[in-house]
Amino acid sequence: MSTPSAPSTASAPAAPATPGPNTPSASAALLADTLLIFGRYLRQTLAARVGLVFGLLQPLLFLVLFGPLLREVPLGGKGDSWQTLVPGLLVQLGLFSAAFAGFGILIEKQQGILERMRVTPVSRVALLLGRVLKDIVQLLVQSLLLVLVGVAFGLRAPILGMLVGFGFVALMTASIASLSYALAMRVDSPQEFAPVVNSVNLPLMLLSGILLPMSLAPDWLDGLSRANPLRYVVLAVRSAFVGDYGGTVGTGALAALGLTAVSVPAAVRLFRRAGA
Amino acid sequence: MTPVIHTSGLARTFHTKRGTVEAVRGIDLTVPAGEILGFLGPNGAGKTTTLRMLTTLLAPTGGSAAVAGHDLLRDPAGVRRRIGYVAQSGGVDPGVSVREELTTQARLYRLDRAAARARTAELAAELDLADLLDRPCAALSGGQRRRLDIAMGLLHRPEVLFLDEPTTGLDPGSRVDLWALVRRIRDDWGTTVFLTTHYLDEADALADRLVVVDHGRVVAEGTAHALKTEYAGSPDASLQDAFIAITGRRVPAPAETPIAV
Ligand SMILES: Nc1ncnc2c1ncn2[C@@H]1O[C@H](COP(=O)(O)OP(=O)(O)O)[C@@H](O)[C@H]1O
Ligand SMILES: [Mg+2]
Repeated sequence: MSTPSAPSTASAPAAPATPGPNTPSASAALLADTLLIFGRYLRQTLAARVGLVFGLLQPLLFLVLFGPLLREVPLGGKGDSWQTLVPGLLVQLGLFSAAFAGFGILIEKQQGILERMRVTPVSRVALLLGRVLKDIVQLLVQSLLLVLVGVAFGLRAPILGMLVGFGFVALMTASIASLSYALAMRVDSPQEFAPVVNSVNLPLMLLSGILLPMSLAPDWLDGLSRANPLRYVVLAVRSAFVGDYGGTVGTGALAALGLTAVSVPAAVRLFRRAGA
Repeated sequence: MTPVIHTSGLARTFHTKRGTVEAVRGIDLTVPAGEILGFLGPNGAGKTTTLRMLTTLLAPTGGSAAVAGHDLLRDPAGVRRRIGYVAQSGGVDPGVSVREELTTQARLYRLDRAAARARTAELAAELDLADLLDRPCAALSGGQRRRLDIAMGLLHRPEVLFLDEPTTGLDPGSRVDLWALVRRIRDDWGTTVFLTTHYLDEADALADRLVVVDHGRVVAEGTAHALKTEYAGSPDASLQDAFIAITGRRVPAPAETPIAV
């Protein structure tokens, strides 16, 4: 231990005062910290490649084992059955993966990793945003793979429509993953976390018309599903996949943006506050 | 000279489903620069809660404190830049490599990429981790893991290092090595060390001064020598006897304590 450079006692020169929340250096620090956290979790995701495939397994199984059944079924929408099913599977993928995103931070909380990060000057908000950013990138890659398999099975859709679909996946991931992280910060164990997520996810999925369009539903079920923002997202992606970028896409965008505008700031507030 | 840590009436109450827990009931402390302070007390005394408040992780419900020249409540970021904290369970990801954990933590302390790499290499050499850098943290022995945990708290050359039960769960050989390391950190770098322990031999061997806590309150403080003289009647008495006189109960010797979780 011969390093002479250690400043140590209380007489060390004071560092510059903490920048306020709105100074340029604070936002630069937020950006740098967010990218740092993003990089850490992206590397972990890439190192555990099985995780990428694992999340895709369920929608791929639906695509391969359920999709062909729908070929001749009248689904009541525009386009063919693949243009109805694949958008639903994209939303399903986004919903389920993002809803369980908080699981990772819950484990890290138990291992003391979160606290070890929170004891550094790192921006508390970056601890959330870096993770959400990684979730978005991961889901975009998975969505691309899902769509490519869909194309191999016979899906035909305009490139622009697919890009619009990916945009919806990104917004959904941002909002639902944020809520998931917020929940994970509030509970203490996976045993508390999983039941809450499951009991929200399943009704959300069934009431969104992910597998079959809600136009097939009786009035009461159709009415119930209108309270579910994901219904509008699914309709919007289906519309984009048949090349129609009109009002349906607009309504879906409003629903997705509204959800994001509520859930991301709520999670940000929670991360700012947590502890001290 | 200004103390590195000063608290007055620091308190924390938890509200749980089963009722209210007064974990820390108003602690007054002054720690001068360069001291190794032993914060000694039985399990449940409020040691970890105090440490988590002093390290900005937990908001106090009463009192105030200044750490490393910065007010805990008004300038937590200023405190964070100048302190290191090693939790009892550490805080590294078992699946991530030692190098990655160290450089990431250095970057979180706002070292740039090159400085983070250099500091990782430097500390790894100092703390005898150099050969382990490319192993996953899960592959480390208990003693190696502890050295890594401590390295994680030293990356930014903090003025104060907080260690929560640093030797709980270690074998006797590793415990003695760790005591030597803590002394080296203070002697060579002048770092103030605030460590909690419920081991009397550790408090006796390592700390310059002891603060004994029980039920969330400071019940005695002084050097081990002074505590033995005052409470057990003689400087040659055991710290155990002084501790029994102070708190009315024994604390387990290391060998009686099961491996920490
Ligand atoms: N997050 C918490 N919620 C409720 N009670 C807590 C919490 N943390 C600590 N306590 C309680 O506060 C008391 C002191 O705990 P702690 O500071 O961990 O003691 P020590 O570290 O000295 O063993 C204990 O009774 C403990 O159960
Ligand atoms: Mg403790």
